[in-house]
Amino acid sequence: MRSLIDILDLTTEEIDQLIETANDIIENPKKYAQKCEGKKLATLFFEPSTRTRLSFEAAMYELGGNVLGFSEAQSSSSAKGESVADTVKVVGYYADVIAMRHPKEGAPLVASMNAGIPVINAGDGGHNHPTQTLTDLLTINREVGRFDNITVGFCGDLKFGRTVHSLLGALSRYKNVKFVLISPKELTVPEYIRKELLEAKGIDFVETTSLEEAMPSLDILYMTRVQRERFFNEQDYIRLKDSYILTPERLETAKKDMCILHPLPRVNEISVAVDKDERAKYFVQANYGKYIRMALILKLLEVE
Amino acid sequence: MMTVSSIENGIVLDHIKAGKAMELYKALGLDELPCLVAIITNAYSNKMGRKDIIKIDAEIELNLDIIGYIDPNITVNVIKNGVNTKQPKVEPPEKIENIIKCKNPRCITSVEQELPNIFKLTDRKNMVYRCIYCESKTK
Repeated sequence: MRSLIDILDLTTEEIDQLIETANDIIENPKKYAQKCEGKKLATLFFEPSTRTRLSFEAAMYELGGNVLGFSEAQSSSSAKGESVADTVKVVGYYADVIAMRHPKEGAPLVASMNAGIPVINAGDGGHNHPTQTLTDLLTINREVGRFDNITVGFCGDLKFGRTVHSLLGALSRYKNVKFVLISPKELTVPEYIRKELLEAKGIDFVETTSLEEAMPSLDILYMTRVQRERFFNEQDYIRLKDSYILTPERLETAKKDMCILHPLPRVNEISVAVDKDERAKYFVQANYGKYIRMALILKLLEVE
Repeated sequence: MMTVSSIENGIVLDHIKAGKAMELYKALGLDELPCLVAIITNAYSNKMGRKDIIKIDAEIELNLDIIGYIDPNITVNVIKNGVNTKQPKVEPPEKIENIIKCKNPRCITSVEQELPNIFKLTDRKNMVYRCIYCESKTK
């Protein structure tokens, strides 16, 4: 019985298989419409989420399965002080697979050790969010067509952005991948990512504060939000916030086939005017999230 | 020059990094032993300059994982009838359980205290241990 807690739980071959299945689902949705008939997905969301929970639920319905669960901790027994282990032991009797989001880091791992059914980590605090990374990888596969020989720019909050850390980890397993890490000095990638991942694996990467300078070299630009609360003082925030807003003007020097990604929700870091640009793929990215989750549910339930 | 007499039957923990003896003493639960335990700090050492030593005047089973986690360079000498009979190998353990607690306030173990505190060795060269739940470093 497999669970997915960290993107690195999957080999690159397994990721390739999931992407292949997701692509087949996109091409032949009817073929999969009854694959999970009689199966139930429990969505245990101990903190709010829009896209992730709905995409899991849509994924299960499109496979012909059913969904049960809760969307905030207040409507679960955790409000009464029940442990994660006890909650999932019970849910294990009612459902076939669990998708869990929890504010505490490691909660889905605890769930996977106790549930008796597969557990999918749907985000644990600022730690891991592997199905977002799978979504990003499917988007790159469909929109760029390869994982090797690419230059990927990550822009914005690289310090606290869990989606950035997971995607760096996943892409660093492919050949000839170059990273351009664009952020204010206050929000560079954490030391352990730099040392234990990038430097340890000999990955080609540069760190810069300038989005303009980085732009012409990028095949993919992964945008994240620079949040006010991450700064020590208001002046620094005001000074820096506009430097990392993507506008049509800033895109003028970008490659014609560059792909713009964003894990969403967007606030103001990508100007709405960019949405019309053909290179903007962040909404289609959210759509792909449903298909890769369908592929993942099939894999964990071992449905042929 | 102060001297501490040698022991006939027991264990001598030698080559402890100066200043680490008390941490080891507590981690190994030596404070709960009924026998004589001598803690020598800042002893002269040709190899280390200064070192700590712990002498335990009883034949007890020590948790080598704890020693390996705190400092794998410590030498464990098992003394029988005044003779150093063996030196079990001390190595950094792959996993430590319930020896230390995760200090990350965002970790699930911070709210669910009955969970075992488990850390795995992720970088042998730099002796990095990470919590299996949140992946925070121990030190």
